[in-house]
Amino acid sequence: MATLSERILGGNAGEYVDRKVDRAYVHDGTGVLTLEAWKRIGSERLTDTTRLSMLFDHIVPANNSTTATLQHELREFARGSFMHFSDVGCGICHQIMSEGLVLPGEVVVGADSHSCTLGAFGAFSTGVGATDMAAIWLTGETWFRVPETIGIHLSGKFSGAAEAKDLALTYVSRLGMDGATYKALEFTGDGVLGLSMDDRLVLSNLSVETGAKAGLFYADDVTVQYLARAGQMVQPQVPEPCSYAQELTIDLSEIVPLVAVPHRVDTVKPVREIAGLPLDQVFVGTCTNGRYSDLARFARIVKGKSVAVRTIVVPASKAVLAEAIRTGVLTDLVDAGCTIGTPGCGPCLGAHSGVLGEGEVCLSTANRNFKNRMGVGAAIYLGSVATAAASALEGEITEPEVN
Amino acid sequence: MTSKGPAVCVGPDIDTDLVIAGRYLRTKDHSVWVEHVFEDLDPSLAPLLEGSVIVAGKNFGCGSSREQAAVAIREAGVVAVVAPSFARIFFRNAINVGLPLIECDLTCTEGCLVTFDLSEGWVEAEGKRHSIHPLSPRMQAILSAGGLVEYWRNQR
Repeated sequence: MATLSERILGGNAGEYVDRKVDRAYVHDGTGVLTLEAWKRIGSERLTDTTRLSMLFDHIVPANNSTTATLQHELREFARGSFMHFSDVGCGICHQIMSEGLVLPGEVVVGADSHSCTLGAFGAFSTGVGATDMAAIWLTGETWFRVPETIGIHLSGKFSGAAEAKDLALTYVSRLGMDGATYKALEFTGDGVLGLSMDDRLVLSNLSVETGAKAGLFYADDVTVQYLARAGQMVQPQVPEPCSYAQELTIDLSEIVPLVAVPHRVDTVKPVREIAGLPLDQVFVGTCTNGRYSDLARFARIVKGKSVAVRTIVVPASKAVLAEAIRTGVLTDLVDAGCTIGTPGCGPCLGAHSGVLGEGEVCLSTANRNFKNRMGVGAAIYLGSVATAAASALEGEITEPEVN
Repeated sequence: MTSKGPAVCVGPDIDTDLVIAGRYLRTKDHSVWVEHVFEDLDPSLAPLLEGSVIVAGKNFGCGSSREQAAVAIREAGVVAVVAPSFARIFFRNAINVGLPLIECDLTCTEGCLVTFDLSEGWVEAEGKRHSIHPLSPRMQAILSAGGLVEYWRNQR
């Protein structure tokens, strides 16, 4: 009788285990220090490179010659090593891994804190730093402390304008920024059945904002069908009774549109309470809410109208962008006055392409609103895609209308 | 071995963006991170760090996995960081780059002397000695080697 984390890692909560890593990935940011650490170890050895990926997403295309030179060195190394390489414009590492590269039951490690996103597939997926990743490049393995698990039991269906992001902000606010430190989250209950893969990716994505090591869903028919479309045939995972360190119950029908207010992800307010707050920018995208379904939802709301504030839309991947072009969503966005960025992380980390000026206020669909993150002296409010769309049309934080 | 340093106190939930901002990450020059460490939290902190012990609130190092945060603190000359809890990626990163972390809910005033002995498992401030939650044997081995790079160099 074990939690999904215990089953995948093969140990009981609290035990230390060494595990082969099925998938390991870095991006252009963490790749630089990973390569530096790997070289310092002084071994020429690289583990089975079919399990390694390097995906450029953080500053794409490069914003200056320093970044370009760092990326050039990484690109040359990746190509020479024959690891999976995803260049400028292909998209966010977690998104590309979610397009058929991660399977239920796998152990996945990314050199990025939001690597927890891939727990949505029933994989144990977690973030590490660069030196841990360098050791994985060397040995193909790493150590884990098998985590205790917090069970988040979902029931019911969304009502009104609420969506997965509002549910994610709900559980983050209930657990707090360190409520799940050293632990894993496991999402269960009848409420999961009605959640799409995109919804689940949003919920797993935010798990690190509670300090969690991972945020897992059991693979079910939704997972199997999603992965089949990506060319991967997998079996569902059957949950078994297990004991959780802590349990949380959330009725989806009670979720309302929320925003996380500066500068903490766990400090949320109903949108209606701060409606009317003037905005300087709306940003739609990231590993949280930059998928095709997000762009389509945003476009449905703004189609035939004009945004009242500068609005930056960054597709999470090339596949997302291509689908938005094919279905006309991109045209609707551009016609409404949105600016479209290169698939990638966009301005989320405050390094380029949409950073904020001092005193500016942004409504973002991302996952972090830390002080100065998108620009010194600026304020970030985190909300759903529907809240972002309604707010973009008014130029101020606005309660979204019922779907 | 006993080590010590004056306390530099910071609050709870210090994220790694506050340790070193995203705008300073795109370089291999570690001195850039030392120059800007904690700039967005409090620009007056950096000059106090050499030889100090950072005494933080809970959940130190939350947020981004950026290892530059741990490197910046170590290279600024910080002897150790004490906090009731650390975010888990930062925890691994710090040990991996040879920066000692001490899990302990220590209350002390700015500048007071903090003394600790990792092998004996205690930390002391303002006349009060606390026992430390020990690191796992693997993490102890990594820290003793000086970091994960050195650990693997020794294994070769």
